[in-house]
Amino acid sequence: MEGLPHQIVAGIATGGIYASVALALVMIYQATHHVNFAQGEMATFSTYIALTLIQAGLPYWVAFVVTVAVSFVIGVVVERVLLRPMHDAPVLAHVGIFIGLLLVISNLSGWIFDYTVKAFPTPFDTGAPMLGGLVSGHELGSTAVTLAVLTLVYLFFRHTSLGLAMRAAAYNPVSARLVGIRVGWMLALGWGLAAAIGAVAGIMVAPVVFLEPNMMLGILLYAFAGALLGGIDNPAGAVAGGFAVGIIENIGGAYLVGTELKLTLALAIIIAVLLFKPSGLFGRVVVSRV
Amino acid sequence: MAALLEAEGLTAGYGATAVLHGLDFAVEERGVTALLGANGAGKTTTLRAVSGMVRTGGSIRFAGERLDGLATEEIARRGVAHVPDGRGTFMELTVEENMRLGAYTRSDRAEVEADFERVFGYFPRLRQRFRQQAGTLSGGEQQMLAISRALLLRPRLLLLDEPSFGLAPLVVQEIFAIMRRIREEQGVGILLVEQNASLALDFADRAYLLETGRIVVSGPAADIRQDESVRRSYLGY
Ligand SMILES: Nc1ncnc2c1ncn2[C@@H]1O[C@H](COP(=O)(O)OP(=O)(O)O)[C@@H](O)[C@H]1O
Ligand SMILES: [Mg+2]
Repeated sequence: MEGLPHQIVAGIATGGIYASVALALVMIYQATHHVNFAQGEMATFSTYIALTLIQAGLPYWVAFVVTVAVSFVIGVVVERVLLRPMHDAPVLAHVGIFIGLLLVISNLSGWIFDYTVKAFPTPFDTGAPMLGGLVSGHELGSTAVTLAVLTLVYLFFRHTSLGLAMRAAAYNPVSARLVGIRVGWMLALGWGLAAAIGAVAGIMVAPVVFLEPNMMLGILLYAFAGALLGGIDNPAGAVAGGFAVGIIENIGGAYLVGTELKLTLALAIIIAVLLFKPSGLFGRVVVSRV
Repeated sequence: MAALLEAEGLTAGYGATAVLHGLDFAVEERGVTALLGANGAGKTTTLRAVSGMVRTGGSIRFAGERLDGLATEEIARRGVAHVPDGRGTFMELTVEENMRLGAYTRSDRAEVEADFERVFGYFPRLRQRFRQQAGTLSGGEQQMLAISRALLLRPRLLLLDEPSFGLAPLVVQEIFAIMRRIREEQGVGILLVEQNASLALDFADRAYLLETGRIVVSGPAADIRQDESVRRSYLGY
């Protein structure tokens, strides 16, 4: 399982995780123009909830669904309680609250669930590699789950009236209010969805990287690189960017910089995008006539 | 019978700046009230005050209920549709999505579909542009879209902020002709803000003339249209 094809397939599997977290970041960014640096820690906390439920004897998929639902509620509550009063606060105040949230949640995870590194179960076949030795059962399964989540999110935003209202509230809150959309609640729903997507990403990546309070720190960096690469204001671009970063990371780690220095690749991508193409590869260009 | 919309001692402003200094005005059920005045007089602010988009004082009564103090979205849900200054197009979305958003608060699906047809009857061009990104529409088409979005809310009161702004005279004629039909067929009251006074006075049955946040002339539109001195000193035509 060492050749280039395997590196690409493994890259797609981790890329799916980055794509999910990138999507969560972009959803909140589009509505608020802020990057939620605590997105990763929220996902880690969710993953601890899942582990607790599984250890309490719940079947894996029941624990999965309950965790996603609880994470959704946590996301909504965080927005309503912490972010809503800050609505008109300056950017730095937001950065402050996001970093504060990151530290609080991270410490909360450690305090409640302790700091030891924990193994996390996978529901997928961990036996022999599949598809001619190209991919492990977990890689295949987690990619399928990630793609299913991304598809559901896409269908929700494209084809439901609530999804349309959330997009409208993000693009043009003033006009959205004028057609009766409760913009504040749309923001809270966005936070809930982002937290739910993050929870899935955490649960899918935990068997690979193991669970500890800082599990998502590096992943958030890769996801952020992916979001920037694809265009921080473009959900589809961010998803594509997340997959691209996953592949670049795996190939780069194997042939270029070695596993220890892989994280610097994310940093390099972030800096390169900000320097050369701040709107990202697929950054939205809105046609508008006045 | 009480008016559909009734403002008393309405004040409004931005931050510490007061812009409106106590307006009294009304829109009758199915009536058209025009709000005239020079640039900066406070016309847009008055509509924003009705929609709860700015800080207000005084009272605003709509269909017997107080609107002042309510959030913009709740005012819209009570049947006040606002075609804002600048048209408020959702540029990134399609024409169809813009129209669907107009009907967002409604659950009477069959009626909504019928209203789509009715709106296409008024503005056939929107049917041709249905799948197009709204940002690619011309100014006149965006104005038609804004009016359609407002109508799809099934409002009892329509607030129109300078629907003629920036449009070619022919397009303006077209839009006002449609608005006459809308007024007759939809049973909706209209509060119309215009800089084009002669156009507005032909359409309205009541008019108020606004100068730096105060009403200086009010009365039946026909009377104001006839009044030489008002026309010369305030309306400039
Ligand atoms: N968003 C705003 N912030 C501060 N002042 C504003 C704002 N909008 C309008 N004003 C001020 O309020 C006054 C009335 O403006 P407006 O209601 O837009 O007039 P009109 O629509 O009659 O041209 C003007 O002096 C304008 O400068
Ligand atoms: Mg104006």
